[in-house]
Amino acid sequence: MTAEEWTAVRLSLLVATTATAASLPLGIAVAWLLARGRFWGKSLVDTLVHLPLIMPPVVTGYLLLLTFGRRTPVGAFLADELGIIFSFRWTGAALACAVMGFPLLVRAIRLSIEAVDGRLEAAAGTLGANPLWVFATVTLPLSLPGVIAGAILCFAKAMGEFGATITFVSNIPGETQTLPSLIYTLTQVPGGDAGALRLTLISIALSMLALLGSELLARRIGARRIAVA
Amino acid sequence: MSLEVDVDHVREHFRLTARFSSAPGLTALFGRSGSGKSTLVDIIGGLLRPTRGRISVDGQVLVDTERGMFVPKHRRRVGYVFQDSRLFPHLSVRNNLLYSRWFARPDGGAAGDLASVVKLLDIGALLDREPRSLSGGEKQRVAIGRALLAHPRLLLMDEPLASLDEARRAEILPYIERLRDDAGVPIVYVSHSAAEVARLATTVVILTDGKVTAVGPVLDILPLADAGDAGGVLDATVARHDEAFQLTVLASAAGELQVPRLAAPVGAPVRAYIRARDVMISLRPPEEISALNVLAGRIASITPSPNGAQADVRLDCNGATLMARVTAKSVQRLALAPGRPVFAVIKSVSFERS
Repeated sequence: MTAEEWTAVRLSLLVATTATAASLPLGIAVAWLLARGRFWGKSLVDTLVHLPLIMPPVVTGYLLLLTFGRRTPVGAFLADELGIIFSFRWTGAALACAVMGFPLLVRAIRLSIEAVDGRLEAAAGTLGANPLWVFATVTLPLSLPGVIAGAILCFAKAMGEFGATITFVSNIPGETQTLPSLIYTLTQVPGGDAGALRLTLISIALSMLALLGSELLARRIGARRIAVA
Repeated sequence: MSLEVDVDHVREHFRLTARFSSAPGLTALFGRSGSGKSTLVDIIGGLLRPTRGRISVDGQVLVDTERGMFVPKHRRRVGYVFQDSRLFPHLSVRNNLLYSRWFARPDGGAAGDLASVVKLLDIGALLDREPRSLSGGEKQRVAIGRALLAHPRLLLMDEPLASLDEARRAEILPYIERLRDDAGVPIVYVSHSAAEVARLATTVVILTDGKVTAVGPVLDILPLADAGDAGGVLDATVARHDEAFQLTVLASAAGELQVPRLAAPVGAPVRAYIRARDVMISLRPPEEISALNVLAGRIASITPSPNGAQADVRLDCNGATLMARVTAKSVQRLALAPGRPVFAVIKSVSFERS
């Protein structure tokens, strides 16, 4: 494997991990709101969350560019006040991946929160736990398999994200050239086939590892709960 | 402690109107299924918001719809033992019991630390088990302990024995009695079993089709209940044991009763529940009859059953109330009428230590 290929693999792992870790807390909160909340505009939130799943990735990437570009009000504010720059940086790739993976993350967590027996939550309430405690000590532990499944899905999506990323932060070697971007690049140049094939195999291996890992984790946690249902 | 309830709750096709206040001890909400018992405890526990009304415990208001007050369930300090125990499946028995340790305030509610609650309910051997490995009876004991350790000012129990078989019930009843007598927390106990209520209750609130139809001490109220296993309650003490025949003789206001040998010592208080269908009526003192227990009394009232085939006869036996279920034909044949002196022949007695 070439140094360029290693760089792309490492960058992809960094981008995917960052995207998953950063979107997990927000994803859990949104999933809980959608599963248990009753508020005005709930279907609007639901639609917004799911939008990246159905829109062309290029459109999502372009919208991100319009919102977080260096010269846009939001982008300028983030850069000047907080020192966070997304455009043409690996952080931008992580943002694009997080947005694309978010619907998958929320969906899996929401389903597992909905499956948690509301009667157990009510019981926790009668024992003196306020709603936040109930969530932290009953709802979240019982929906952990879904949280893990969602995180893995989000990670896998982030590893493979191409359209939104390349539109938003381009394809800069060492900065935003993730694994799929490099595969694409290699297929465009003569003699790049061998490299593209190597990366494809790595990509398959990583995906399978992620899936296997989630399966094992879910089984370990799930084993404690199955008999209860 | 005093629990004051005055609520209306309207759901589709159902209206619950309840007004009562309860004395210390165990207050039984008694009625057929669908009479609104569970709805009422859910309202007291804060799981449901009543359409209208006011609830207070020890003068502290939990709900007052007129003043827009609704204390959420986690701030009520009202413990709740559910029919389906609802133990947390991801926590061990010990951690289920200790669940409330971060937010429970021990002042003014049920006293007791883990050790004393474990001892009261005899669950020491279960502490490191997972809830799913427990039997139904064990689960309920742990659920009771978990509720107690939150130091509630009032404990609600919604048919805690309903999902258990007869043997498991018998296993748990003594613990609930200990709870009533030793834990220092008033209990509201929902049940549709007259025998259970007779054994446990201090006060009975009878609910019929969403309305409170009677409130009062168990001895006076239970005979009024319209239930499949209606009957009378006798408070008695153990007078002596007859070892030769393995019998125990009880003294009660209504007279002496001979029952199969009880484990209770002489002098111990005992509460006997006598089902209406286990009592026959005779106009003369019966002789040469296998039944050991015949009590003299006077007919207080006769209530025909809805279909007219049977009647519940209420007997006043020297101040104690007994119930007898007889056929309408017998009422006519023996010319039974209020005020008439009769003899109650008791076929069997269920005895409950009190």
